[in-house]
Amino acid sequence: MSDIIKNTIEKSRYTVDEQGYYGQFGGAYIPEMLYPNVDELRENYLQIIESTDFRNEFQKLLKDYVGRPTPLYYARRLSEKYNTKIYLKREDLCHTGAHKVNNTIGQIILAKKLGKSKIIAETGAGQHGVATATVCALMGLECIVYMGEVDMARQRPNVERMRILGAEVVPATCGSRTLKDATNEAMRHWINNPLDTHYIIGSVVGPHPYPDMVARFQSVISEEMRLQLEQEEGRQLPHYVIACVGGGSNAAGAFYNFLGDEEVNLVAVEAAGKGVNSGESAATTALGKEGVLHGSKTLLMQTEDGQVIEPYSISAGLDYPGIGPMHAHLFETGRVKFVNASDEEAMHAGVELSRYEGIIPAIESAHALAALEKMEFASDDIVVVNLSGRGDKDLDTYIKWGKY
Amino acid sequence: MNTKTSNRINELFESNSKDVLSVYYTAGFPELGDTLKIAQYLEEAGADIIEIGMPFSDPVADGPTIQESSKKALDNGMSLRILFDQLADLRKKVSIPVILMGYINPVLQFGISKFCAECERCGVDGVIIPDLPMAEYLALYENIFLEHGLKNVFLITPQTSESRIRLIDKHTNSFIYMVSSASVTGARDLLGNQQRKYFERVQNMQLKNPLLIGFGISNNETFKAASSYSNGAIIGSAFIKLLQTATNLKEQIKTFVKDIKA
Repeated sequence: MSDIIKNTIEKSRYTVDEQGYYGQFGGAYIPEMLYPNVDELRENYLQIIESTDFRNEFQKLLKDYVGRPTPLYYARRLSEKYNTKIYLKREDLCHTGAHKVNNTIGQIILAKKLGKSKIIAETGAGQHGVATATVCALMGLECIVYMGEVDMARQRPNVERMRILGAEVVPATCGSRTLKDATNEAMRHWINNPLDTHYIIGSVVGPHPYPDMVARFQSVISEEMRLQLEQEEGRQLPHYVIACVGGGSNAAGAFYNFLGDEEVNLVAVEAAGKGVNSGESAATTALGKEGVLHGSKTLLMQTEDGQVIEPYSISAGLDYPGIGPMHAHLFETGRVKFVNASDEEAMHAGVELSRYEGIIPAIESAHALAALEKMEFASDDIVVVNLSGRGDKDLDTYIKWGKY
Repeated sequence: MNTKTSNRINELFESNSKDVLSVYYTAGFPELGDTLKIAQYLEEAGADIIEIGMPFSDPVADGPTIQESSKKALDNGMSLRILFDQLADLRKKVSIPVILMGYINPVLQFGISKFCAECERCGVDGVIIPDLPMAEYLALYENIFLEHGLKNVFLITPQTSESRIRLIDKHTNSFIYMVSSASVTGARDLLGNQQRKYFERVQNMQLKNPLLIGFGISNNETFKAASSYSNGAIIGSAFIKLLQTATNLKEQIKTFVKDIKA
């Protein structure tokens, strides 16, 4: 058997099955009001995104508009510090400042092909909201973004960015007033407007086919990593790939094309907030159990009675009580190792990268960097950290934290 | 083991197939201990079916009114464990059909088998779980529901295809919950032309199950209009609004139901 065929078969153990499940996780747990919309997507998404037409438009926009391929940067001083070879996948250099735009470009082309004229989205840190507002401006489609009131306050520059781009930003005022509640509101909007509206979910969460669709759009990250490593190191496979996980879209993209290569250690870093057992955390695999939220069966932080627990993280983009069903499956099967980093550890790692490499990372991505401290590497290991976003939007949080 | 196929819901529609009024409220709202009392008052007032909401932290299919009542109920301490304790004497006090409505996650955590057994023990006749997909229900849960004599009620909407409505009809043995328009729950005032066309379309399909229309039914006018296309209608948010401010539950519920059915 050729390596490519073997890898594809191995990978398929971790990707979605025909019923929309990853092992026991996934599915489409949606009210009947959403059934026609989700069914329309499920029926059409593969055919559309595998068509030549779609691929040409997607790739052209990723290249000319997003600025792909993003560099795979050898971080020399950071490597010296940790006595190993650290590469940073520079998703922070994407147009709009994070990997989120890979997915919104894909979904907006899909929405157009489905004949939709209006777009809705949810956002946590605001990166997905900005990426959605951006592609809506690009395509001339109406855009409404739901954002938790708390997140609007802590990510104000992104709120204004969306408004400049012509999007309407609607505050979610229920519950913890963060990403979970913004997602609830977006789903309600979709229920109320089922015909002309496409919902661009920003992570690998939601009912099937969203987790698979978003993972496919983000998989360009690991596709490029392989080619770039081949050039830099003469081998496509690193020893480690490290990415942060809230819902898990950047991690899904960074892991996707390595899933079948079992020798590549995949490491997901969750937000421990003030500590896993502090009661203020978002470390889903440590604290969650199987449950259903936002249309899929996954690992979920919840009470004994099945009520969803309000998560906490200093990073708005990781402040979510679940993870995508693909990640729940990767956790259960042990294919991906899940670790976590606290607010403090992440903030220190963010400042460290700024001082060693002149790159201020998003606080989400700083969680991935914080894992370096917790792991043991050989000096010739190749370690790729997915630098999912840049820190401009987090300046207020860095300033408030103040320890730099 | 109880494998009976007919229960209070079927009996109701056999004896009364016009202007059936089903009223929804959230368990543990306005006060934790109000659940059974409100059921009694509703029966005395003339309601035909009672739907008791099982509160969930993230009710995506609900509008602001039921979001708020759910949150209040959870703050009051409501849980499925407490609800089944409250309903232990249900059948000593209430004789009309009772249905539990809520989201799948709390039910899964409670345990599907245990949930169905508790429903049977308390005399609950049916369940509405909007986010339980039909395929999962048929594959995993239908047999358990049937063993406990529980009827699963499915929703249809203006966008539900004819073939799917037929499939739902085939797997239903109670009534079909016809969502009046593309929307989350919440009181509205009018039934528009689009809705009437959809009601006529479904009415003309000659389904084997009765139809109850819900979402947006709030007063006598909308109740009568909806009932003219179906076997009756469901009122939720408008009743919750009454409960929010009621000072004399018994009297005000009596007036509310009388006005709706007038």
